[in-house]
This record gives sequence, C-alpha cells and structure tokens, in this order.
Amino acid sequence: MASESIAWPAPEAASRPLVDALHQWVATVDHKRLGILYIVYALFFLVIGGVEALVMRIQLIRPQNDFVSPEVFNRMFTMHGTTMIFFVAMPIMFGFANYLVPLMIGARDMAFPRLNAFAFWMTAFGGLLLYYSFVGGDGLYGAGSAPDVGWFAYAPLTSRTFSPGHSTDFWTLSLLISGIGSIGTAINIIATIVCLRCPGMDLGKMPLLVWLNLVMAGLVILAVSPLTAAQIMLLIDRYLGAHFFDTQAGGSAVIWMHFFWVFGHPEVYVLVIPAFGFASEIIPVFSRKAIFGYPVMVAATICIAFIGMSVWAHHMFTVGLGSGANTFFVLATMAIAVPTGIKIFNWLATMWGGHIHFEAPMLFCVAFLFQFLIAGLTGVMLSVAPFNWQLGNSYFVVAHFHYVIVGGILFTLFGAFYYWFPKMSGRMYNGPLAKLHFWLFLIGFHLTFDFMHVPGLLGMPRRIYTYEPGRGWDIWNLIVSIGVVFQAVGILVFVGNLLWSLVRGKLAGSDPWDAWTLEWSTNSPPPAYNFAAIPDVKSRRPLWDLKHPEDPDWRYE
Amino acid sequence: MSTPARSIFDLSLFVLLVSAAIFAVVFSLLSYAVLKFRKQGLHGSHEPAQVYGSTQLELAWTVIPVLIVVVLFLATARVIASIQNAVRPASAIEVTVIGHQFWWEYRYPAFSVVTANELHIPVSDPAHPTPTFLTLLSADTDHSFWVPRLAGKTDLIPNHPNSMWIDPAEPGLYLGQCAQYCGTQHAKMLLRVYVQTRAEFDRWVQEQSQPAHLDDTVSDGRRIFERTACVNCHAVAGTAAIGRFGPDLTHLMSRYTIASGAASNTPENLRRWVKDPSIFKPGSKMPAMGLTDPDLTAVTAYLETLR
Amino acid sequence: MSTPSVNMPGVTMPAGDIGWDLPARGTVAMYCLIAAETAIFAIFVVAYIFYIGKSTSGPQPKDVLKLPVFNTICLLSSSLTIHFAVAQQRRGNLRSFALLWFLTFALGAIFLGGTALEWRHLIQDEGLTIQTNLFGTTYYSLVGLHAFHVMAGLLALGAVSIFSLLGYVKQEHFERTEVLSLYWHFVDAVWVVVFTVVYIIGR
Repeated sequence: MASESIAWPAPEAASRPLVDALHQWVATVDHKRLGILYIVYALFFLVIGGVEALVMRIQLIRPQNDFVSPEVFNRMFTMHGTTMIFFVAMPIMFGFANYLVPLMIGARDMAFPRLNAFAFWMTAFGGLLLYYSFVGGDGLYGAGSAPDVGWFAYAPLTSRTFSPGHSTDFWTLSLLISGIGSIGTAINIIATIVCLRCPGMDLGKMPLLVWLNLVMAGLVILAVSPLTAAQIMLLIDRYLGAHFFDTQAGGSAVIWMHFFWVFGHPEVYVLVIPAFGFASEIIPVFSRKAIFGYPVMVAATICIAFIGMSVWAHHMFTVGLGSGANTFFVLATMAIAVPTGIKIFNWLATMWGGHIHFEAPMLFCVAFLFQFLIAGLTGVMLSVAPFNWQLGNSYFVVAHFHYVIVGGILFTLFGAFYYWFPKMSGRMYNGPLAKLHFWLFLIGFHLTFDFMHVPGLLGMPRRIYTYEPGRGWDIWNLIVSIGVVFQAVGILVFVGNLLWSLVRGKLAGSDPWDAWTLEWSTNSPPPAYNFAAIPDVKSRRPLWDLKHPEDPDWRYE
Repeated sequence: MSTPARSIFDLSLFVLLVSAAIFAVVFSLLSYAVLKFRKQGLHGSHEPAQVYGSTQLELAWTVIPVLIVVVLFLATARVIASIQNAVRPASAIEVTVIGHQFWWEYRYPAFSVVTANELHIPVSDPAHPTPTFLTLLSADTDHSFWVPRLAGKTDLIPNHPNSMWIDPAEPGLYLGQCAQYCGTQHAKMLLRVYVQTRAEFDRWVQEQSQPAHLDDTVSDGRRIFERTACVNCHAVAGTAAIGRFGPDLTHLMSRYTIASGAASNTPENLRRWVKDPSIFKPGSKMPAMGLTDPDLTAVTAYLETLR
Repeated sequence: MSTPSVNMPGVTMPAGDIGWDLPARGTVAMYCLIAAETAIFAIFVVAYIFYIGKSTSGPQPKDVLKLPVFNTICLLSSSLTIHFAVAQQRRGNLRSFALLWFLTFALGAIFLGGTALEWRHLIQDEGLTIQTNLFGTTYYSLVGLHAFHVMAGLLALGAVSIFSLLGYVKQEHFERTEVLSLYWHFVDAVWVVVFTVVYIIGR
C-alpha cells in the first residue's frame, strides 16, 4: 500500500486578494471544501436554533410568563425544530460524509463534484428562504412572518383557512428546495461508495463510517421523497384549490400524518446512523482495538434501516388508527430496539480489554453510549402504545427525542469535530478547553433533559407557550431552563476553541491519533488531490497493517 | 382513578421495571469497562489483544433482547385490547365532544344538553359501572383530549371521529388540557372534568336542560347582546341567539371558569373578557366588539343572569 | 458493466488491469434517482387509491374516464424504440440510432399531446378540474406528475436528438444514452402503474 507517498509539501501560499479566496470557496467543487461549507453553515444555524430554544426556555422558566407573545412562541418552536433538523443536523452529516467518505475509500473526490456543489447551494438557499420569512412573510396579506404550524405542520392547520398568509409556504418551499439538495447528495454518496473505492476495498473492507453513510444515503432517498410528495400536495391544496388534506371536502387530515411520518421516522435514522458511524471510528482508536463484530454492526444497521421504514405510525398512536394497527406498530417499534441494542453491546465489547484513552473525542463518545442507552429505553417506553397515550405529545416525548438528538447525535458530533479537526485544519485543538466544553455541556445537558421527563410524566403537553401554576410543573421547568445556560457556555467554549486553534493550534501532522483508516495516511489538511497515488488495501485497517507488518489484520478477517 | 388510566399506570410500572433492570445491567457493564480499562500515559506502548468478534456473544445479546421484546409486546397488546376494544354497556353515559379553536363543546344526546368547557359526568361504581363514552369530533383543526387521571389522550380530528371511555370511581375535579397543537391559543384550551355523584349529576343535567333564565331587569343588556354580533357565535336557549361558532352561554354562570379555563368566572373577569378577549387569550377567535362602557356593563349584567 | 476510465473525474485509473471492476457511476446514480422518484410516485398512488370512491360530489371516474389505449401504445412502444436505438448505437449504426431515437421522442410527444387532449375534454366538457372533488384532485396530480416526468424526459431526449443531428453523438457514448434510456423505461413503467390504478382499478 502506497501510504508512504504522502503529498509534496505545500508551497507557501502567496497572499491573495480576498475576492479570489472567496471565489474559490463559492465556486468550489472539491468535496473537502464543500464538506467544510456544509459544516460551517450548520454550525451557524445551530447557534440560531439555540437562540430560539433559549427564547422558549426563558418564556417557560415560570408559569404565566410574558417574555414573548403566544404568536412568537409558536414561531419559535416551529423554527427551532425545522432549523435543527433540516439546516443543522442534516447538513452537518452531509458535510462530514462529503469530507470523509472519499478520503476513507481512497478516492480523489465524490462521484459527481458539480452535483455536490449544486446540492449544497440548494440546501443553503433553502435555509435562507426559511429565515427570510421573518422579514418577508407578511406578503400581500399582512398576515405572515415565520411559520408557526409546528415542524411537522399537521393538516388542516396548514390549509389556507387556518394559516392565511404565506408563512406556511416558506416552510413548504424551503424544505422542498433543500430536500432536492439532500436527495442529490444522497445519490452522490451512493455512487461514490459503490463506484470509487480504491483497489482491494471490497464492501466488507470499508470503514464502518462509510458503510453507515451508505445506509444513510439509501434512507434519504426513500424517506425524503415522501416528504417532497406531501409538500407538493400541500402546495397544490393551498394554491390550486385541491383537496388532498381538505377535511371539508372529504379529504383526510390523517393521511398527511401518514405521509409526514413515513418521512419523519426514517429521518431520525438518517440523523443517528452517521452518528453511529463516528462512534464506530472513534471508540476503536481510543480503545486501541478493532471494532468488535464488524459484520454484525453492518447487518444491524441495515436491519435498523429496514425496520425503521415500517414503524412510522408510533407517532400516531393517539390518532385513532384502531387496535390492530396500533398493535402492529408497537411490535415493529419494539423490534428496532434489538439491532440497536446489539450495536451498544458491540461498542462495549470494543472497549472491553482495550487501553482506553480519554481524549476529548472519546469523552464525548463514552457519554454518548450512556445517554443513547437511556434514550433507547425511553423510546421503548414510548413504544408501549397505552403508555404513549399518556406520554405522547407531552414533555416526555420532547425529553426523549432531545436525549437522542443532543445526548446521542450531538455528543458524537462533538467527538467527530475534535477527532477530525486536526485532519481538516492541520492543527490540534486546545485539549483543556475541549474538556471544559465537555463537562459544561454534560452538566447542562443532564440538567435540562433528565429533568424534562418529569413534567411530561406529570401531564404537561408540548407546544404550549405558558402553563398554570399549581400543576406541579414549576420547579422542573425552572431546572430545565437553567441547564440551557451551561450548554450555551459550553458551545461558546467549543466555537472559541475551534477558532483559536485554527490560527494558533499546534501543528498536528498527518496522524496525531495513531489511527488506522486511509484519511490518516495523507497530509493534514489533505492536498486537493487527496492522495499522491491511489492506495491499494488488503484489510479494514490498512494503516494497522502497515504499522504492524508482523500481525496484519488481513490474516484474521 | 378511572380504569383506562389505571391499566395504563399498571402497565407502565411493569415497563419501567423492565427498563430499569436493563439500564442497571448495561450501565454497570459500561461503567466497569470505562473504569477498568482506562490507560494512563501515551500511545506507543504495546497494543492490547485485538478481538474481532464472537458469535456466541452476538447470539446471546440478540436472543435475550428478543425475548424481552416478546414479553413487553404481549403485555402491551393485552392492554391495548382491553382499552380500545371495550364493549359499551347499556348504562353508559354518552357525550359528544367537539373540539374548536380554542374551546370544548359538549353535547349529551340522551339529555338534549349542550354546554361548553366544563364536562360533568357521573361517578362510576366498579360494582355497577356507568362509564362515560366520549365521541370525539372536531369543527376545525386537530385537538386532543387529555385528562391524565382519567385516561390516555385521544385526538379530535376533523372528518375522523374517534371514541374513548372513562369510568372514574372517585368524585372530584380532574384537570387536563388540549394535547395537539391547534393554533395560537392551544396552551389555554384547558379541560375541567367534574365527576359527581349520580344525584348531583342528574340535578346538573336537569338544570342544563332548562332554557335560559329570563330576567326583565337586564333586558337592556339582552337587547344589546341580541343586536350586536354576539348572536352570530353564541346560543342562549329560548332566545333569538342560536349561534354555534362559540360556546353555548345558556348556563354560563353554572361554570367555574370562562375562556375554557383561562380565567375564573367572576364578574370582573367576565367584564374584562367581553371587553377584550385578548386580555386572557390573545389570538382567541372571539373579537373585541368595541362596546361602550355603559353597554359593556349592561351586557355583563345580562350574562350574569344566565345561571 | 463498468469502465474504469469513466469513473474517475478526469483521471484514468488503471484499475481495470488488476481486475478491480466497479459499476459505472452514471448507471448507479440513475438507479438511485429512479428509486427516489418511485417513492414520490408511490405517495401519489397511495393518495389516489385511498381516495377512490370518497368524492362527495362532482364527476366520478366511471362517468368521464375513457381508456387511453392509443396513448398507452405510443408510450410503451417508445420504450422499444429507445431500446433498439441504443442497441444500434452500440453496434455503430449511428443513422439507425438517430432515427429510432427521434421516433422515441415523437412517440413521447404524441403521448403528451394525447394527455393534453384528454384533459381539455375533461375540463371543458365534463367540468372536472383539480378543484372539483377528490377524484379531480388526485387524478390531475398523479397523471400530471407523470406527464411532467415525460416532459423532462422529452427535453433530455430532444437534446440528444439535436446533438446527434449535429454529429456529436458517437458509438462510444452508448453508455450515456443507455443511462437516459433507463430513465425513459422508468417513466413508462410508472405509466403502467398509473394506467392500472386510474383507468382500471379506480373506475
């Protein structure tokens, strides 16, 4: 394997007019730059979505508060959810996929670089269009501003009758446009992984992160399309007078729910499966052991994806589908717990007997393991339909899904940031600051989301801008809101660390973590062409084989 | 408690127990691994033994979760059936609940009673059950009826009638609120269920079936009420007001709260509400009618006679 | 089917020499696109089937729909012609290719024209629009979505026809036209489903 042929040393970059540098970024089709664009874009919206959460938590810190009006609050939860899912979580996963997949399979770029750029700019435009609604939502009716129908926009609340003005259309159009971007990226990821792997890297030798992104991309293709279809139907209803969701003409509000959740549930797997990918790369390196049960991990992920397409109506247990349908969806949802649990056990077995080093990436991934366990268990609780009849649409559900998304996905994302930051920037981040970020965020996360389960159990529904005193919810809401402060400070420390380290961090070299996958065989940051010569691999850990020629992996796989 | 709430509670204890057990086991294993195998010092020393997998382990931690899932599923399926497939006895009280933005309409077809926002039902003796069966409809968007101590929530969806049942064994006031986002004032679409003894309930039904109390001293207020747009939305039985868009006001003063629980039913609050609903519920569908102060006083006085 | 030189943007990879054969990226991408479009159409078909018989008023399918036999024959034959066109291109018979390709385009255009005529009849004579009732809503959106995909296909087919008239399309480009023909076959397959659901099951 030609890993020794690391690139020529980069020449001194002559100082360039700013316009040139900007143009390079705007016109780029390089997967590494597009990856970074996606990630920076997502971080920007993470802060905005966080501010929206902050506004809500201030409003809810005590009963009958009047920090914001009900109209503003309703826009906040709609925009917070929509932003975080579509303009933070998805772009950031696409960004990491874009950056890492070609490097990890020994390719020079994605299969379709220009499609890559097109998809990014579509997504970017979608986000800007959504936020333009704050300014331009009034339209011709003086009745608008940002969408306030909730991130799943149930019919008939979204019909012209109940949502006059254009706010709902901003929701629909911005997601339609960025959905096209998402499908484009998914096609690109699949074509790249299927067609551009370096010689010797058959499907059973790809890094797990690559496998998981392949599964994720397949899910995007099958899941985002139903949302696209439903949004076209909504637009036709609103502007051509059609009756898809028009209950007055015999249409069905429930069918919107089916169409939305056929997207909505696989969507959460789209978000969490790449997170599994990060954990599956970081945990082995920092335990100094190969991932335990590689084939089972792949099979379990494919199972999760398949079963995940058949559980959507567990979001609809209270809608009145009948006991037969409810029972089926209970079984399907509980079934998903099995492959998910298998993955947790395999990560545990990876650490078992290893030499665990608690650098920042590993700290975040270990926290992920504990937190994802809890999130999975509250998910099992919610899958019990009768229990769901009490807990559904309450703060218990809000706590559950934030436990998955923040405690699971965001934690592994932080781990991924710290792990690959040296590769992307060529510099090490500040270690102590990273640990400070970890502890601050851990405390804040648990303050907010552990205690958030309680008001749900005590009967507090979601999406309410205020609540009465004397229901027993006051103290819990106070604690939940306080936790946000710790998380906000943690994020500031994180961003500050990244920015400072970009300029002043220690040079990282090509392989600061003594890792085993192909991206660590080239420079940090990699040159535009990634590898001087396309590598040739014989096992899942090509660099392990090089570093341990007496005991290479391909003897055991 | 009411049977649906009770069986859900019992099932939930079982589920919590199983989850806690799983959590305890996995948490211990994870903690042990993290503590026992941590390594101080730098990389570079020898690597640990590389273990790539184990079929027995994979089988074990597949089969055991499958068994747990089977047990949980069977327990769940039983409760689903017992709640959703329950047979309606002849002694059941029937109430039709119609969800509106942002208030609740209650109709008792057997008694020809129409009321709003405060639901009265009789207590149900477990020996001779008299459950209340609710038919759930919606006049506009999606809502959800959730009184946790009585039952799980069931949604009210236009063009998709649902039904649920409750049989509280203890009299008292049970609180809840709308649990499906329905617009601006979703937060203040509160539920108040008064569970009464049979005698009290029958008396309440008796009172509610009467037409409106007629009092000549407030005929000014009544005239203003019937001449302005109030009658477009509100009904007062036995008068010219037959609007159905807003709550039925025939026995308004028999209710403890107004604005679907957003404020208590005092003369002061009533006056403020009629003057400008947005003081309690900004975004409520009831407009401020712009009444002059004398008119406002008259109308409020009239409303206060609707016992 | 794979051609290493096609896979790498701008770089020829000698992987074929060592037997490292991976699929062609254009084909893989088109299959993915077809999967996504299938999912979109599936939702519209589900909506159509769900709403069969649920219109509360207005014209019903059996009253106003006639089997579009001629249209269907045209569209399905165009799958045959495009298949033969690509086969001819593979063999190097560029003139036959150009003729058959243009015939495909023409058949597709006839199909669109036929749909337009059908719609004009439905709107003007039967009073059925997308607003009329649930049948109108689901019919026009499903058939319209399909027609939109035919239109997009015709644009691509037309472009290739023009390029071939100008002499730019050569034998070695058969893989690219093959990818396009995949899309066209997909469009025809969707029509089979739409035809069955709308004109047979739904009437």
